[in-house]
Amino acid sequence: MSDMALNTPPEPGALELEEARQDNRSRWLLALPALLIIGCFATLPLLVMLVYAFLTPGDYGNVVWKFSTDGWVAVLLQRDIFDDTLMWADAHLSIFWRSLRLSLITTVLTLVFGVPTAWFIATRPREKRQFWLFLVTVPFWTNLLVRTIAIQELIRSEGVINLILLKIGIIDEPIQMMFTDFAIGFGMTYVYLPLMVLPVYAAVDKLDFRLVEAAHDLYAGRWTAFRRVILPLIKPGIIAGSILVFIPCLGAYVTPRVLGGGKNLMFGNLIELQFGAGRNWPLGAALSLTLMAIVMVALIYYVRVTSREREDV
Amino acid sequence: MPETALKTRPATTESETAVDVIGISKLFGSNQEIRALDDVSVAIRKNEFFTLLGPSGCGKTTLLRVIAGFEPPTRGSLHLGGRDISRLAPNQRPINTVFQNYALFPHMSVANNIAFGLEMLGKPKNDIRDKVTEMLQLVRMEELRSRRTSEISGGQQQRVALARALAPQPEVLLLDEPLSALDLKLRKEMQIELKRLQSETGLTFIFVTHDQEEALTMSDRIAVMNAGKILQVGSPREIYAHPSERFVANFIGESNFLNAHLSGNRVTLEAGGGTYEAVAPEGVADGKVSVLVRPEHASARPGEAAGEELAATVETVVYSGDATSLHLRLKTGETLKTKMPNGPEQSTAFGEGDAAAVTIAPGAVTILKD
Repeated sequence: MSDMALNTPPEPGALELEEARQDNRSRWLLALPALLIIGCFATLPLLVMLVYAFLTPGDYGNVVWKFSTDGWVAVLLQRDIFDDTLMWADAHLSIFWRSLRLSLITTVLTLVFGVPTAWFIATRPREKRQFWLFLVTVPFWTNLLVRTIAIQELIRSEGVINLILLKIGIIDEPIQMMFTDFAIGFGMTYVYLPLMVLPVYAAVDKLDFRLVEAAHDLYAGRWTAFRRVILPLIKPGIIAGSILVFIPCLGAYVTPRVLGGGKNLMFGNLIELQFGAGRNWPLGAALSLTLMAIVMVALIYYVRVTSREREDV
Repeated sequence: MPETALKTRPATTESETAVDVIGISKLFGSNQEIRALDDVSVAIRKNEFFTLLGPSGCGKTTLLRVIAGFEPPTRGSLHLGGRDISRLAPNQRPINTVFQNYALFPHMSVANNIAFGLEMLGKPKNDIRDKVTEMLQLVRMEELRSRRTSEISGGQQQRVALARALAPQPEVLLLDEPLSALDLKLRKEMQIELKRLQSETGLTFIFVTHDQEEALTMSDRIAVMNAGKILQVGSPREIYAHPSERFVANFIGESNFLNAHLSGNRVTLEAGGGTYEAVAPEGVADGKVSVLVRPEHASARPGEAAGEELAATVETVVYSGDATSLHLRLKTGETLKTKMPNGPEQSTAFGEGDAAAVTIAPGAVTILKD
């Protein structure tokens, strides 16, 4: 009896509690490197930006430690040079509008091209899919700038497309495609297409095709089956793809710079301008945070709208 | 065609054909080398519970999919109520399916799943609501109307799948092993439920299963399939009592196969005993034949055989509660299983190695085709 009493293990409840505590600790330890990186290189810089946005620009860039809301005001408004009245900053507004418009168009275009592509890949025999997925991801292996310049070669006035069209006599003089919104949209669609294809592919791959058969069995034609059964089921992939395309598009820098030229700025170029030639870091910081806010609002709205369910009959 | 799907069923007689499968073959593979269905012909009557029974890979599911329209037949044609529907798409056939895994739409509620077919047929909203309510009552699921299909149990999903397929009032309901995912108790319940639904709706049910017991208890008629062919079509009693060939006999129930000699309509077993009356199936001539005797149709008593009894030795005694099975060795070396109900007495009279005398009930001998 006494032996047994000596060897009695701690209460089962206490033991489990101790185990759970250790479990929890090791999980935190595992997450620590990631948390450190996020803290140092994502949260901290954002805080720096937030502080900068409320300071005064220095004469040669940088900031002067003097509180000011001018940076925020300048996001949307500008002061008249002569009489100091405030008015809408038309240049900024048109850049915001272009960014929004081109990002939306790019998202829609990548959807139009990406969903059928993803569908095609997901319906190949499993052993052949690797090849098609590989083809989709090949562009990732090449530098973005190089690819963008290659597009320039295609669409510039002396480029491949214009040369061919001229040769076969469809046009008399080259079409101006470079340095237009079209060029930016074209470039971004090309660059971001894989980011749409991959998540949609993953969603179609998970789709249970017996559900499609069930829809046909219940008198749904092809289009209705797509709209009522397939689309809702691959929606998570479409949402993920749209987010992955829309957000980087809003802040795109390289593509509009190379293909849009100096006139057709987008949000990213405007921000860059403030930290460079504009020497207005507080405005740059305020613009960056504004962009972030826009993205957040757009995201929340998008998820809300797309997760609405049909009502019961 | 939506209109045909909903037109009221005319009064039917027992013998009227609902689905006529005429010489259908289905070949698969890049070189059409896999013969899933091999010249299958069968007429399924209106209002009957028709079962396709066979081992996995026998072609029963393929035949169901051909009838549903998911697989175009390589050869042959398919008629529904006298109309050739071989070339119609699944959504144009007034036929609905209960899928093996139910295939309920996971993004819709129970009610919207049931309403789906009706919506596709363009029925008015009020009619749809009423019909959904009626269907939910039919399968006793009223209180789960607005649940997600992922939030209900397997048996409940099964009922929703049934309600969904029945709601558009198809002419034929196809059921692809609908009970195989359920546990035994639930399966028994659903068997009764399905029978009830079939008699209440008066629909033609085509039911696919590999479970012989399920087939025997539920069906009006059974088609036993193997290797892409239908071997025998008949009522459960016919199939069990008079299987046409060894495969059918073996697949359904327990069997003894014995060598015998046929002369006219009299059969003499090689193992001895008396002669038995039996009808020879078509194509079986007098001479050496193979016969079937079901274990429960043979009885044994301890002791030496006398008169028309067969002499045998007891090899194994298997006690299974309600019955005792004996594995006997006949003097020809053939084995014979018997199954006899247990009486209230405490112990069986047989020991291993004992002599036994076997009596085969009159009419218990069935001549097989092979």
